[in-house]
Amino acid sequence: MKLKMLVLSLVTAVPLLFLSGCEMVVFQPQGPVARSIMELINWSLMWMLLVVVVVFGLFGYIVWKYREKPENMGYEPPEEHGSTVLEIVWTAIPILIVIALTIPTVTTLYDLEDVPAGYEEKEPVVIHVTSADWKWIFSYPEEGIETINYVNIPEDTPVLFKLTSAGTMQSFWVPALGGQKYSMNKMETELYLVADNPGSYMGRNTNFNGRGYAQMEFEVLSQTDEEYDAWVKEVKETAPKLTEEKYMELLKPTHLGRLTYSNTHLAWINHADHDSELVTDPEDYRYHGYQGKIFDQEDKKSNEKDTTDVENNEEDHGGDHSGH
Amino acid sequence: MEVTIVGIKWDEILITGDPIILGSQIAILLTSLGIIGGLTYLKKWKWLWREWITTVDHKRIGIMYIVAAVLMFFRGGMDGLMMKAQTARPEMSILDSQHYNEVFTAHGVIMILFMAMPFLIGLMNVVIPLQIGARDVAFPQLNALSFWLFFSGAMLFNIAFVVGGAPDAGWTSYFPLAGKEFSPGIGNNYYAISLQIAGLGTLMTGINFIVTILKMRTKGMTLMRMPMFTWTTLITSVIIVAAFPIFTVALALMTFDRLYGTHFFTVAAGGSDMLWANLFWLWGHPEVYIVILPAFGMFSEIISTFSRKQLYGYKSMVVSIVAIAVLSMLVWVHHFYTMGSGALVNSFFSITTMMIAVPTGVKMFNWLFTMRKGRIKMTTAMLWSLAFVPNFVIGGVTGVMLAMGAADYQYHNTLFLVAHFHYVLIPGVVFAVFAGLYYWWPKMFGFMLNEKLGKWHFWLFVIGFNVTFMPMFFLGLNGAVRRAYTYSAESGFAPLFMLSAVGSVILAAGFAVFCYNIYWSIRYADRNISSDPWDARTLEWATSSPVQHYNFAKLPEVKSLDAFWYMKKNNEGITLKDEEIEEIHMPSNSGLPFLMCVAFGIVGFFLIFEWHLLAAVSTVLIIAGLIYRSFDYNDGYHIHKDEIRKTESTWKKMEGKVNNHVS
Amino acid sequence: MSANVNTSLPLEYQTEQSRMNILGFWIFLGAEIVLFATLFSVYGVLYKNYAGGPTHQDIFMMKEVMIQTVLLLTSSFTMGVAIWEMRRNNKKGLIGWFILTLLLGAGFLFMEINEFIHYIHEGATMQTSAFLSSLFVLLGTHGAHVTFGIFWATMVIIQIAKRGLTPVTARKTFIIGLYWHFLDVVWIFIFTFVYLKGMVL
Repeated sequence: MKLKMLVLSLVTAVPLLFLSGCEMVVFQPQGPVARSIMELINWSLMWMLLVVVVVFGLFGYIVWKYREKPENMGYEPPEEHGSTVLEIVWTAIPILIVIALTIPTVTTLYDLEDVPAGYEEKEPVVIHVTSADWKWIFSYPEEGIETINYVNIPEDTPVLFKLTSAGTMQSFWVPALGGQKYSMNKMETELYLVADNPGSYMGRNTNFNGRGYAQMEFEVLSQTDEEYDAWVKEVKETAPKLTEEKYMELLKPTHLGRLTYSNTHLAWINHADHDSELVTDPEDYRYHGYQGKIFDQEDKKSNEKDTTDVENNEEDHGGDHSGH
Repeated sequence: MEVTIVGIKWDEILITGDPIILGSQIAILLTSLGIIGGLTYLKKWKWLWREWITTVDHKRIGIMYIVAAVLMFFRGGMDGLMMKAQTARPEMSILDSQHYNEVFTAHGVIMILFMAMPFLIGLMNVVIPLQIGARDVAFPQLNALSFWLFFSGAMLFNIAFVVGGAPDAGWTSYFPLAGKEFSPGIGNNYYAISLQIAGLGTLMTGINFIVTILKMRTKGMTLMRMPMFTWTTLITSVIIVAAFPIFTVALALMTFDRLYGTHFFTVAAGGSDMLWANLFWLWGHPEVYIVILPAFGMFSEIISTFSRKQLYGYKSMVVSIVAIAVLSMLVWVHHFYTMGSGALVNSFFSITTMMIAVPTGVKMFNWLFTMRKGRIKMTTAMLWSLAFVPNFVIGGVTGVMLAMGAADYQYHNTLFLVAHFHYVLIPGVVFAVFAGLYYWWPKMFGFMLNEKLGKWHFWLFVIGFNVTFMPMFFLGLNGAVRRAYTYSAESGFAPLFMLSAVGSVILAAGFAVFCYNIYWSIRYADRNISSDPWDARTLEWATSSPVQHYNFAKLPEVKSLDAFWYMKKNNEGITLKDEEIEEIHMPSNSGLPFLMCVAFGIVGFFLIFEWHLLAAVSTVLIIAGLIYRSFDYNDGYHIHKDEIRKTESTWKKMEGKVNNHVS
Repeated sequence: MSANVNTSLPLEYQTEQSRMNILGFWIFLGAEIVLFATLFSVYGVLYKNYAGGPTHQDIFMMKEVMIQTVLLLTSSFTMGVAIWEMRRNNKKGLIGWFILTLLLGAGFLFMEINEFIHYIHEGATMQTSAFLSSLFVLLGTHGAHVTFGIFWATMVIIQIAKRGLTPVTARKTFIIGLYWHFLDVVWIFIFTFVYLKGMVL
């Protein structure tokens, strides 16, 4: 029976693929945060595998045994309405499994909100992350430096990422070190990560935000304390200063390579502030197709009623297709 | 160059400069000309108008829904194939990123709202009145309006990519990206307006089916004697009424933001982008159950029929669909655990989400035990239902894994998630509509789909599906994200992406066989078949195939669950005595629903292009339609006894000498 | 379908089709409740986001709102009287009270439009802030419902005048009655949660 074979091959293929999964980034945690999530995932995988084995086994057995064959054509199945006992059993067992999964889920959820266990004594490094289209801006307020599209952190030290966005919503994810969190304009979300060892880890945006989304990656470089201190010192001494005009230029929807500055943009704007100004310009986002009306951004608090009418927009649409 | 007349920028209306889109424009033009030419040449315009466009017959409306859904399946499938081709190798350049974004947005919207929903609503339309022993739905003309509003919305959405620009913010259309601040083109207006029009139709369908099922059941059919598909349709309709108004509001607010500059979801002036996400998923998660519950109902019917056994645990099946419906309203936050709303909120929604696994598990075991001690006949419809079980279990267990808030931080927005929901929606909905189509096709048309081609369709589709989506679980765990139009060679994703692309070709081959099967069966299938070819259990099989327009000459009386099975067994209520024939009252056809479709289409089109004056003026068309309807006192017509006698004796005579095509 | 007539019931419930229409309309009102509940929640999320623009106290005119409330509540009462007249099979009384209801509704609408114009003169437009967007859309949706109700009821009055009280016209009148009372209930919520709460803040 072809069906049976398909089922059998599925049953054997899934665990095999899971074994090969040991090389996948989520299963190779490089820090305590990612490790705690992986432990939770493994715990759930075990239970889910049990469910799969039981249901697939039962399914294969029933379909094989009760299939119609030439010799049982005369068999008329009995009338059967159900069984209260059985139905209680297969309600109760899933409830127990759900409870078994709930408890570690909830404890992990609470743990992830705080400094990872074992690192409470160490003073966390605070890094402000500002996502923009389509780049990541990292500001170190203590150290007074700013990097774009890469972030260096000391190993074995908790790092508190304070996430916000200059415009669209992004999601900050370094799978080797831990789970993700959204970055939103006028909001601040927090994420603790720790790297066990020196190393380079991929980080990226997972929340779709337009044409440049696919390339919105960054590198997390974990360094020894000495290397890290040396890097900070070097940046402070050699990197150029960021000006406000330059910063506004950076926020336009473009791809940038790596950039480094010896001051931070937090001096003039923190996009997490609830009354911070939205500084992006819709005109920069014009692309192909029919162009609609753009409205005044009331953020700029211009009280006079100036309505951007259709005629005005026509002059400058269809211009800059930046980003490629 | 600017060409503006009364504020309309004529040169921007058609999308230019992309060879794929140019090809589509030419293809659309040629197809339209071909259809118009063909209809004129064959002199079929009058037939089309009289038999189909103005019909209020639930069976014909159902068939129109299904035809539209198959076309939309083709469109959405092409979008899917384009995505798979683009990501087959790293750094491919078949599509640029903007085009890819438009393609995955269209794929999502079309597959959920213009394929899955209408396909299911189509089957509901065909089957439900028959299953409950009624002659039509409660409001036949409203039913036609529902279809035509869906059609209007679907057509508007489908022209977006050649006229004016396609929506490109994903099927979830998250703000702030989807707002004017970051998407100033009109593409996303298409999303807001066309889904609004189609959504109105769906809401009316929900109301219509609740009243139909509550009020029009035949004598003796108590609630607990209703077939499972009727039950799931009833609960689905309740979810539609409870959830669709939320979407109506969300889309209206989106329209206000984009067209009139309000600040509901904008980042400026105090708007809240996450408010959109909340409203969207407050509708969107119940929406998932709106498409999955009827599918559960169909599987229940088919598994029971082909195991020759009553559905196991009928009562617990009913309780579990009600439980799923209630829980479906309490889980929406699991779509954005990562927004940082805190451990308490995430814990709550993790628990409610995981709890859905319990009633779903109950259903799973009930299906398995329906087959136990049965005699399982491997028809194509049954094969789809069988394949549903293991595939849906994979979708279900990965769903539980995603439900665990803390673990979701690693799965969110990755291909793991994409694989999960395809493992839920394809086995859950697509397998179901295929199963349902093979199962009810003879009832709709009086001939069967070819079983041999059907099995080719089945195996290609199921294998292709698994090869396409299984690799995505592993890609996701390795850090590959959804909606990215490309990836680097160093990422190491290439082999699995390639495998997935190969799978999609097999999947498409399965769909091609399905289309060929329809063609083959229309041309060559035997017309001389029984009205009950599967030896089925419910009332729709108690009447002729295809079903005569009044459904039943005499409304059947129900004494138990699986009424028709026991009618056959005890040989009662099947024969029609001449004195039982009475005149039957039927509703008249109406062109108004179609005209409303045109009116809504025109107003919607003008709104999408932000031509407010034209839109306001053409709203008069809609108002005129409403006034006409208010003064319309057409009360339908009666079918004469002689006509009923003639129709009934024709199909009953046939029954004696039919061919069996099942075993 | 229509063959199933039960003359022991009130006129609007006599045919099976009428009973189905009335049930269908109740379910529709259920959908309307969800719709307004969503608008109220949106308002509840955004009502303090003034974005530097005018606040509740800056723009609300409580005296006018009180008059609006009285007009609409009275119209709900007169609608009740109209239905009572219908039950007594008094066509003239029905039409009279029905028209009075619509006049009260029109008065309400006139005052609401004036209120909007006043807001706009104060510089409080739908585009000013999230608070005002949600306020205008919540009030506007209710107002649009009242407007629609007035036009719809006018159609039905013409039909009653032309055809007299039949099961069909009686059912149509009864359904508009339900609709009208529903709008009144929504207004009570708006009055409490928007105006009163806004003034207390």
